[in-house]
Amino acid sequence: MPRLTEDPLKTPLIIAGGKPMSANKTGNWRSARPVIHEEKCTGCMICWKFCPEACVTIEGELPKIHMDWCKGCAVCVQECPVDAITLENEEAP
Amino acid sequence: MKKTLMGNHAAAVAVRLARTEVVAAYPITPQTQVVEALAEMKASGEFAGRFVKVESEHSAMACLVGAAQTGVRCFTATSSQGLAYMHEMLHWAAGARLPIVMAEVNRALGAPWILWTDQTDSLAQRDTGWLQFYCSSNQEILDTTLLAFKVAEELSLPVMVNYDGFTLSHTYEPVDVPAQELVDRFLPKHDFALALDLADPKAFSALPKPQEYFRLRRRMAADMGRAHQVIASVEDEFARLFGRSYSAVEAYKADDADALLVTTGAPASTALDAVDELRKEGFKAGNLRIRQFRPFPAEALRAYARPGRNLVVVDRNFSMGQEGIFCEELKSALYPLKERPQVFGTVAGLGGGDITVELLKEIWLDAKQGRGDALQPVWMEDAR
Amino acid sequence: MTVKTSIPQDEKLSAGHLACQGCGATLAMRYALKGLGTDTVLVIPACCWTILAGPAPLMSVGVNVVHSPFACAAATATGVSHGLRARGNEKTAVVAWAGDGGTFDIGIQALSGAADRDEDIIYVCYDNEAYMNTGIQRSGGTPAGAWTMTTPGAAGAERPKKDLDAIIEAHHPRYMATATPAYPEDMVRKFKKARDIKGFRFIHILSPCPPGWKYESDETVMLSRLAVQTGMFPIYEVEEGRFKLNVPVAKRKPVAEFLRRQGRFRTMGEPEVAAIQARVDAAWDALNKRA
Repeated sequence: MPRLTEDPLKTPLIIAGGKPMSANKTGNWRSARPVIHEEKCTGCMICWKFCPEACVTIEGELPKIHMDWCKGCAVCVQECPVDAITLENEEAP
Repeated sequence: MKKTLMGNHAAAVAVRLARTEVVAAYPITPQTQVVEALAEMKASGEFAGRFVKVESEHSAMACLVGAAQTGVRCFTATSSQGLAYMHEMLHWAAGARLPIVMAEVNRALGAPWILWTDQTDSLAQRDTGWLQFYCSSNQEILDTTLLAFKVAEELSLPVMVNYDGFTLSHTYEPVDVPAQELVDRFLPKHDFALALDLADPKAFSALPKPQEYFRLRRRMAADMGRAHQVIASVEDEFARLFGRSYSAVEAYKADDADALLVTTGAPASTALDAVDELRKEGFKAGNLRIRQFRPFPAEALRAYARPGRNLVVVDRNFSMGQEGIFCEELKSALYPLKERPQVFGTVAGLGGGDITVELLKEIWLDAKQGRGDALQPVWMEDAR
Repeated sequence: MTVKTSIPQDEKLSAGHLACQGCGATLAMRYALKGLGTDTVLVIPACCWTILAGPAPLMSVGVNVVHSPFACAAATATGVSHGLRARGNEKTAVVAWAGDGGTFDIGIQALSGAADRDEDIIYVCYDNEAYMNTGIQRSGGTPAGAWTMTTPGAAGAERPKKDLDAIIEAHHPRYMATATPAYPEDMVRKFKKARDIKGFRFIHILSPCPPGWKYESDETVMLSRLAVQTGMFPIYEVEEGRFKLNVPVAKRKPVAEFLRRQGRFRTMGEPEVAAIQARVDAAWDALNKRA
């Protein structure tokens, strides 16, 4: 079995990091995806406001859900006042 | 300047001289006067640091963990039950590599309730990653507290300065209080490389992977190993500046001795009288004082190990199911030697019983004559 | 960005954190950071957020985090505050961010000490009403009747939720407030306000937890809102002793609307629901007298 041979005094004393968690893509946690129907969207940004992932951004007048991180909790679907977001099967086109 | 100070006040004076920035402490007998003296110095303006009157010892150490993480010089003092209550935080302070200094006034642990001295409280913290020193005089308490800050800051490890409850904590002795400018030269403003930086936010003590944790522990062990050198060079610098020298193991008339007492704390100064009396009576007696317990000075102790010359350890502490802790550690230090001396263990003065010159003489004479059980300690009753 | 939003758009919480789907505690942190800004140090004891803040060397919050053992969030935050102030920094906000277990139970001694000494910290309890990080065990914050892994019988938790807010108020804090994610504007405002006050401040956040409360993850904000609209979790603030109800509820909904949506209250009978209703009615009467 391997032994540690590097000089221990050249290894870190602590690991204090500040690298953003966004390096961790959580999109694959999802079993269903929220889809914004732009024709219905009023741009009220309630979906942005209530996203627990902070993965909805404001692009001009409209919200955009970033699927790299969206876990599919569907809070946005539930909270959208005009039903402009639907939850679709992950496999659906 | 010479002053007559009790041990607790000597510790408090050192904390003031070190320009300690944050003190957090909770009162417990026999440590209380450290806290009171600092509160008084704070009220009079003599002490410029902050004094947080926390609601428990656990919070005292937690407060210092937070403060030390910002890069300030920190101190607390406690004793016995208080130290036990702090235990979780001792591991945390060391693991986070925070150079916190603590005065620990040795007092026995309950149950039953007991107020007087015994080292089991601090020795039971041996695996927490704190450096530990055991003082034998009030001068040494002041000096070791100053040394402790420097050593802690060089190693990024916390340091515990231990001294006997009442025997030292409440006893007045003449103490040379060094001049502030000299202390300032010895202890410049603390600049902590691992401190949090508001301009560069990071998470401290966040969950690592097991492999990373393993390496962090290995690094800590390596720094403990390096500590022997660092302490020695800080002690050298201290001696140059202040004219008083200290070392991990302090030998007294050991060179030609037929057998050696091995002592710690205040009884180690009583042992010097015992050795002198025995010498007057024609015996070649000697004493080894273990001043530094973590890291354990195994190499320094091996230098005094001669086959045929018995060693007898006087432990005012006990590890249940094993033996006196200094005895156990000494035996383990000597084990790698091909030829080893006989090591006898004695247990004396638990809970504050007197360890007198007479008692120490008797222990030495027994050891010299090989009267003792190498397998288990002899329990010496308080002679009074 | 051209769109005007009711809360600041600057985002400190980073996506990719490890919270469960629909976690109320991540919304709480998101809003807290919007109110606090970046000149903030968080002290986080053992709780869900120990994990959510990120494994080393990652971090989800964009401000300094000092992790602490379970019992001592308030004491560690006290130390961070004194350390910064000792070197002349009077402005950085030092925030203890603890769950209900770390606040109502194991951390209450340190919390009481810090509140009593008027330490210059903001103590936040995000209250999901049980030890959720260890897998849903009853805490002092668990309400009567709730199922948890340690209250497994049909009756659920026997004792009512500890009145932590009353305990805190008895310490005469500079500022204290309640908040919940369904009211982000209120929460952001409270953090902003707390930030500018010196001394001990306390914010109690009711934080719905889908796996712990046993509801579908999309109902987090809905339940947070129902907790307020049923009167179970009133939203108010107390500034230097002055009480103010921030979300008046003209016509309270029946508590059953909040309780019946959650699996943790599944076995609760009508008499128990009625008892909770009576308790909420009485508490609300008392509140109205203060307002």
